[in-house]
Amino acid sequence: MRPFTYEKATSAQDAAAKAAAMPGARFIAGGTNLLDLMKLEIETPSHLIDVNGLGLDRIEEIDGGGLRIGALVRNTDLAADQRVRKDYAVLTRALVAGASGQLRNKATTAGNLLQRTRCPYFYDTNMPCNKRKPGSGCAALGGFSRQLGVIGTSDACIATHPSDMAVAMRVLDASVETIRPDGTTRAIPIAEFHTLPGETPHIETALEKGEMIISVALPRPRGGTHIYRKVRDRASYAFALVSVAAVIQRDGKGAVALGGVAPKPWRVEEAEALLPQGPKAVADRLFAGARPREDNAFKLTLAQRTIASVMAEAKA
Amino acid sequence: MTEGYGAISRRDVLKTGAAGAAIAGSIGPGQAALAQPDPAAPPRAAVGLKVNGQAVRLDLDTRTTLLDALREHVKLTGTKKGCDHGQCGACTVIVNGRRINSCLTLAVMHEGDEVTTIEGLGTPESLHPMQAAFVEHDGYQCGYCTPGQICSAVAVLEEIRAGIPSHVTADVSKPAPMTTVEMRERMSGNICRCGAYSNIAEAMADVAGVKA
Repeated sequence: MRPFTYEKATSAQDAAAKAAAMPGARFIAGGTNLLDLMKLEIETPSHLIDVNGLGLDRIEEIDGGGLRIGALVRNTDLAADQRVRKDYAVLTRALVAGASGQLRNKATTAGNLLQRTRCPYFYDTNMPCNKRKPGSGCAALGGFSRQLGVIGTSDACIATHPSDMAVAMRVLDASVETIRPDGTTRAIPIAEFHTLPGETPHIETALEKGEMIISVALPRPRGGTHIYRKVRDRASYAFALVSVAAVIQRDGKGAVALGGVAPKPWRVEEAEALLPQGPKAVADRLFAGARPREDNAFKLTLAQRTIASVMAEAKA
Repeated sequence: MTEGYGAISRRDVLKTGAAGAAIAGSIGPGQAALAQPDPAAPPRAAVGLKVNGQAVRLDLDTRTTLLDALREHVKLTGTKKGCDHGQCGACTVIVNGRRINSCLTLAVMHEGDEVTTIEGLGTPESLHPMQAAFVEHDGYQCGYCTPGQICSAVAVLEEIRAGIPSHVTADVSKPAPMTTVEMRERMSGNICRCGAYSNIAEAMADVAGVKA
């Protein structure tokens, strides 16, 4: 690990201003992903700004309905919150499907959104990776791609976003609330928060320099049956090959987003209109333009079957 | 508080004649100002922890994980380093009542925190019920993962008692039930290469008072 200086932020704006002003500065919250990457020298911050202790660890009700989740709310606390369990169960389900108990106790809401891909070639510093070292190439294209993306990818990068939580937030139409170094705030729809790789896979979110997530807002509850189905190589503590987050209403309409297949939670609203036509129609639309590789083409079939299973469960 | 490159280094502490243990609290602010910082020395910071009920004050390279602080500085080597990447759970300790991977957190981020390690759960003369149950049920072979398994197991039962849901909880709108299925799912962050899982599950069930 490279040496770094460390300070505790005194306010969110203070943290954002310092992060913008100091080259090599990074926020640290739970640290479970950042420290892992720092040990491997994939992340090499020269200064860490500790954003724990800023009072961003609360879940509050929004006037007129909805919940505001502080950026520092731990994954365990968010999953266990009674309001989330009752009104946004897909979010609880997604959270408890992710990581281990130890990690969920430390990992934060904002950190979960900002975690990096687990592409093996991103992690292997002996390999070219456009995300880790822009312009160096992509070893995954000719490599082992079982875990990697089938849609939304590019010739520069086929990594997936590893979060379960973000997939549920996408289906719930969450918005990511931030503060900029100048103190102004904004809300970024979760659909626009993660960016596709294109030619610049090292850019992963819409955040500007120094901009810090302060909360995630959930709109008012919409009822329906909440399901998160995660398919993986082990029954627990493994990343998704395919996951499906769904909120299905009694009339069969609903919202569906997929994890494990793309560089961001994958949702196509037009595909949801096809729910009455069955899982094949939905999957065909979701994966229109997909570019699977030999190792991960199975994800298209697996996704369709997982959607079918989720639709059957919603009807039961 | 900023602990930058200008902070007191261990070498400076030795120069000013303080004890080699580098107790940051023993350095007055005047002395700190007099110390000549070595720009090449890695940044350090002071942190106070409560480990197994005892207050400890440490002056550490900022890169020091809680795991390394416990093992190399507090000299409590019960907590083990396995993968050092949060995948194996050997380093599991309980911080402010919650289990975490001590390898994936910086010691300097734990000012004032209460840390419980395997040494703090029980002693050879007075075992914690979970330690006794691991012995009774042969919940280990080589024993390397055991401190992490036991810290995790103790916290898992608390998590279920607190009603926290898990991946196998059928209805998340209700409190999670105390079952072996719940315990097994929640222990997935602790790997045992000897494969003592079924005996670990029996030890946990015994302590929880349910049928394995």
